[in-house]
Amino acid sequence: MPFSSLSDIQSRLKSGETTAVEIAQLYLDRIAAFNDELNAFVHLDAAHVLAQATASDAHRQEHGARPLEGLPIAVKDIFCTQDGPTRCCSNILEGFEAPYDAHIITKLKEAGAVLVGKTNMDEFAMGSSTETSAFGPCRNPWDTDRIPGGSSGGSASAVAAALTPAALGTDTGGSIRQPAALTGITGLKPTYGRVSRRGIIAFASSLDQAGPMTRNVKDAAMITAAISGHDSGDATSVSDAPVIDWLAACEAQDMKGLKIGKPKEYFVDGMDAEVRQTVEDALKKCEELGAEIIDISLPHTEKAVAAYYVIAPSEASANLSRYDSVRFGHRCDNPEDLLDMYTRSRDEGFGSEVKRRILTGAFTLSSGYYDAYYLKAQKVRTLIQQDFTQAFEQVDIIATPTSPIPAFKLGEKTDDPLTMYLSDIFTIAVNLAGLPGLSQPCGFAQNLPVGLQWIGPAWREDTVLSAASAYEKATDWNSQHPAAFNVNGGES
Amino acid sequence: MDIDVKKVAMLSRIRLTDDEAAELGPQLANIIGYVEQLSSVDTGGIEPTAHPHDAAMPLRANIVTNGNRRDELQAPSPKIESGLYVVPKVIE
Repeated sequence: MPFSSLSDIQSRLKSGETTAVEIAQLYLDRIAAFNDELNAFVHLDAAHVLAQATASDAHRQEHGARPLEGLPIAVKDIFCTQDGPTRCCSNILEGFEAPYDAHIITKLKEAGAVLVGKTNMDEFAMGSSTETSAFGPCRNPWDTDRIPGGSSGGSASAVAAALTPAALGTDTGGSIRQPAALTGITGLKPTYGRVSRRGIIAFASSLDQAGPMTRNVKDAAMITAAISGHDSGDATSVSDAPVIDWLAACEAQDMKGLKIGKPKEYFVDGMDAEVRQTVEDALKKCEELGAEIIDISLPHTEKAVAAYYVIAPSEASANLSRYDSVRFGHRCDNPEDLLDMYTRSRDEGFGSEVKRRILTGAFTLSSGYYDAYYLKAQKVRTLIQQDFTQAFEQVDIIATPTSPIPAFKLGEKTDDPLTMYLSDIFTIAVNLAGLPGLSQPCGFAQNLPVGLQWIGPAWREDTVLSAASAYEKATDWNSQHPAAFNVNGGES
Repeated sequence: MDIDVKKVAMLSRIRLTDDEAAELGPQLANIIGYVEQLSSVDTGGIEPTAHPHDAAMPLRANIVTNGNRRDELQAPSPKIESGLYVVPKVIE
């Protein structure tokens, strides 16, 4: 029961077998029982959750059900929400309460969802392990000595341990897909411009995109259907984006004749051998299901991490200049003058990874270095995008591992920032090219979940959802749960 | 590469203690050393990408749409007096 999908819960609510209040209480009880161990939630107001559930039950009675009526969804601490604090898991936003809801929070509320609190993340989404959070690290339910991935690690951990049936994350260089892979759940990063970024605390504006983290593919489609669409309040939200039928895409469940590209740059020495074998096996399964596997090359892949670690910190250094301790955020005690106030407040408020990224970006944008680093990286970005454009002339979709390694131990990579950066090697190019990407569970390596990543052409989330649904139907990886949390709530 | 960390920190308006500067300096040099590999890519005749879909910046009508919410919008500020943001004295 706690490991039900959103669509299962939706059917039970529809038949009157249960109520939104009962469902909310079930997950609140599980959060109370397990959150100390996982640190997946950093803010929760149980009374407010139950009030939303009560209102949802009343709405169903009086006006009928909206698309996500009564369904619990947790959100990463990066989304501005009017009810309660929004911290981006940073000390610089201590005490901050947003004066408005993020656009997609409004959309979830309008669709009848019950928002169950804020989840843990790397500070300002800068990290791949959820260890840089001001609230302390989050843990992986499959092995609590290990990280859940990042930066949306709290959302991933919460869904994997069934503290919520679904959650929202954001993905700048893999922050939805990599934690989804490392915790054995499904995560979708939509095409850049598909989902409004207004009210999502900005990290790297040309890369950031929000999306769902769920127990199966259909649930991811249900949530994306509710949150996508043009928002005139976000200049990068695309107004003429092709509209797709999200749910119909999950029903085809057929791979016959699908041309799947297998890029050689994503199956390389140096990655975990068991991860590689698991993903190779998944592709064999796709072949059995009627797909054609075609070897392709994305030649600029090996430069993607370098381009990303110029572009993302550059944009971050500009975005985070807003934390000046004037309009919001932490201010130091007794500033001597304006400069002292800026520099000391920012030193006290930001954690070390955030400082590292701001400094990297300030350097790559600085006079004399801009052309050699930032402009050069943007040109390499064009080449990476062209690689994909050329590949999609030959294939319908691309399949790769989501992460080169399974979940690593807490503290294992914190001493060397560069090693941590390289753990995103298979997810970053998708953000640089602005494409849709989905990770779904496809097996285990060292008893830890492995993710299969699907990459589609721009705006073709339907192709991605359809392939992932077909694979999900033919396998049972998405119905395996971490044993230690598969208790206290009856059958799954 | 030799990076003047204190100078970059000042550009970023972040005060670094000597200990922080000593730790961040080599890390920054390491990261910049890694991204140096971009220089080996031939980008002759290639345009830079800023927005993945090359969308034009849209304009909207120049009208007020969010009403007068000064008090709510100023509520998160560390120091407000009479609707004004208070900061240390700037002009003698």
